[in-house]
Amino acid sequence: MSIELKNVTYTYSPGTSYEIHAVRDVSLLIPDGQFIGMIGHTGSGKSTLIQHFNGLIRPTSGTVLYNGEDVWAENYDRKKLRSEVGLVFQYPEHQLFENDVLSDVCFGPMNQGLSRQEAEKEARKALLQVGFKEKNFGKSPFELSGGQKKRAAIAGVLAMNPKILILDEPTAGLDPKGRDDILDQIAQLHKLRGITIILVSHSMEDIAKYVERLIVMNHGQAAFDDTPKKVFLHYKELEKMGLAAPQITYIMHALKENGLDVDENATTVDEARESILKALKGNRSKQAQEEGSSGQKAEQEGRKNG
Amino acid sequence: MGIIKALKLGFDYLKYDDDGNVQETQRAVDDVNLDIQAGEFVAVLGHNGSGKSTLAKHMNALLLPTEGTIWIDGMDTLKEPELWKIRQKAGMVFQNPDNQIIGTVVEEDVGFGPENMGVPTEEIWKRVDDSLNKVGMTAYRHHSPNKLSGGQKQRVAIAGVMAMHPSCIVLDEPTAMLDPNGRKEVIKAVKELNRKENVTVILITHYMEEVVHADRVYVMDSGKVVMTGTPREIFSQVETLKQYRLDVPQVTLLAYELKKAGVEIPDGILTTEELVSALCQ
Amino acid sequence: MIRDITLGQYYPAKSALHRLDPRTKLIGTLVFIVSVFLFHTFLGYAVATVFLGGMILTSKVPVKFMFKGLKAIFLILMITVVFNILLTPGDVLWQWGILRVTKEGLSLAGRMAIRLAYLVIGSSVMTLTTTPNQLTDGLERLLRPLNKIHVPVHEIAMMMSIALRFIPILLEETDKIMKAQIARGADFETGNIIQKAKNMVPLLVPLFISAFRRANDLAMAMEARCYHGGDHRTQMKPLKYAGCDYLAYGVLALYLAVAIAFRAVGI
Repeated sequence: MSIELKNVTYTYSPGTSYEIHAVRDVSLLIPDGQFIGMIGHTGSGKSTLIQHFNGLIRPTSGTVLYNGEDVWAENYDRKKLRSEVGLVFQYPEHQLFENDVLSDVCFGPMNQGLSRQEAEKEARKALLQVGFKEKNFGKSPFELSGGQKKRAAIAGVLAMNPKILILDEPTAGLDPKGRDDILDQIAQLHKLRGITIILVSHSMEDIAKYVERLIVMNHGQAAFDDTPKKVFLHYKELEKMGLAAPQITYIMHALKENGLDVDENATTVDEARESILKALKGNRSKQAQEEGSSGQKAEQEGRKNG
Repeated sequence: MGIIKALKLGFDYLKYDDDGNVQETQRAVDDVNLDIQAGEFVAVLGHNGSGKSTLAKHMNALLLPTEGTIWIDGMDTLKEPELWKIRQKAGMVFQNPDNQIIGTVVEEDVGFGPENMGVPTEEIWKRVDDSLNKVGMTAYRHHSPNKLSGGQKQRVAIAGVMAMHPSCIVLDEPTAMLDPNGRKEVIKAVKELNRKENVTVILITHYMEEVVHADRVYVMDSGKVVMTGTPREIFSQVETLKQYRLDVPQVTLLAYELKKAGVEIPDGILTTEELVSALCQ
Repeated sequence: MIRDITLGQYYPAKSALHRLDPRTKLIGTLVFIVSVFLFHTFLGYAVATVFLGGMILTSKVPVKFMFKGLKAIFLILMITVVFNILLTPGDVLWQWGILRVTKEGLSLAGRMAIRLAYLVIGSSVMTLTTTPNQLTDGLERLLRPLNKIHVPVHEIAMMMSIALRFIPILLEETDKIMKAQIARGADFETGNIIQKAKNMVPLLVPLFISAFRRANDLAMAMEARCYHGGDHRTQMKPLKYAGCDYLAYGVLALYLAVAIAFRAVGI
């Protein structure tokens, strides 16, 4: 169930003065079961790139392979591809159109050829898995809160039983709690269904918390493609791209510079807490020793460090 | 009296049935008291649906209170017959950058407010030049708004409000639809207006990093103001904020966690520098 | 495609025509259209051609842009020509079954073709040299007398300029919703006409909802910026006639006089 991009380039309005190379020569392999984050500032080409994964747009040059087959070969069933590679667009709540949530979620499965009954079964399962409450199944999508709408829309894609789920900024516009809830639910899905997740986000903090692999897009190219920790080591380069490492990375570096022996690789609050506590303990025992021999000297040292 | 003062402000959204009878009422703002002084930078925090946007719309007389009173620069919104006089005092910037730009050219959009107010042509040009300059958008004055980034569009919207020469500006989640760079751009522009031009700012948001530099923070939940104080006072109450579906900046959370683990550091750490100096004495 | 529409018709350039007041250009176009219908001999059309050619040259817009508009009406043009050729009675030149071509038919078809084509090219000259905004401003000013009979001229103009601003946004949105639904297996291409119409529901419902939401937001934003109708409103860019406009009106008057004279004399 892998997707492979080989030297994919996409150009908007080629041959005119408005020509824009949105994606340039990107080669990627998305194997089974990974939780991947994708980050990049607006206009870095990430939105264009993800539309290649399910055959929504055709690369200007290069090939897109799904399970080793060229998706733009003649007679290739791209409708089937789209049901295996689910794509949830930004502000997915804007695509809801049915009278009630359940019918809306049934839209995808029914397009796959399922009967209403079978589709409903999938829809219920998907809705419950994104944490949508059963008592709201019959409500109009337009009566729901922002977070609920998003869940319904994500369920609309999930109900098609995709093997790979791509989400373009699923938390845009949500408040902190709503954001955490949706992200937790997505991580849960990853575990529950074992599907590949590609999460496009603007938030390094979210990425650091959830993903195992991070692709950084810049000027239409994959500038970094590695584990988040390794990518964040390049935080100065990230800044040049108009991005930033998680706040924790900066804190850890600042602490280290000021003489506290912490692990600069920590990227989440929990990791940082552990590392700082350990370093403080180390310092204290060191200080205690030094105070025993020459207290004054240690104090001077301390002042210098501070 | 401050620039904006509210006393026991209440507002009900009414839901009508098919016959036009009131079916149910929903209290969106409940017993809110405010007193915002000229030149202040005030932030209103709250999760989606906490009533903060409804409150914001009262500051511009787009909504009128069902209960209590709100005065804008001394004018009672319920008693003023010409509401646009109030709207000119309290300019408003909305969430969606696309849905608030009226002009097809940047400079014409900025001129829209003054045109409505009947400002003479020459004076409009002066105000437009000046406002575009203040938000750093002069280079784009002849552009179509459709070609701008989200952050740039919001700066145009701010310029459009500034050209009306308001005494305060209310920003209703101006950064909710922007990417991190756009967010920084807008907040920087707003801060500068507050500092350099002494414009009163009321910033409504759910991004905690944006309120760190506010003079005062109001936290709203189910229509009520549930917390008030300086950012430091507010952010030191991590657990309470979580109850209200909000969070704190990562540095504040880390400091809070360390303190819980027995490290001696002060409450309400807001910046990396503060944490570093607290830990590396 | 969407990008093309976004840019609209306007072709930015620095020419005398671009500098003219939109009112002058609107009236000019009107005069030209009237003249095309006044002329009915090929000598007359030659005069119109010279006038139109002169305008195109002054506009500094590449000629191919002028003819772009013709593409859109090519089908209508062809149908008109064919119908006129086949259905006009008169001296039969050629006959095959019920199909016959007459001398009068050919001449009428030629005239109709020229009129239609000139109408389109003439309006293109105006839209290519005038921004949509200037156009609405010009219309508003020209139609202002209608205010007296309670036509809400200002409101209509405001609606037009808002529509102009939101067309590209809504087109982009259409594209986005379409893609989102295709990702959910929607099919907008196959099926018969009823099926196709049914398939449009998942696109049209969200689109309408979005359009209403935007309209609501915009109305609020306009109110917040003190919009309270056209009364007591001042203008940032009031329209003012300059020297070149008076010159243009002179040329137009002369041209119209020629057209009327041709008609009166019968050439």
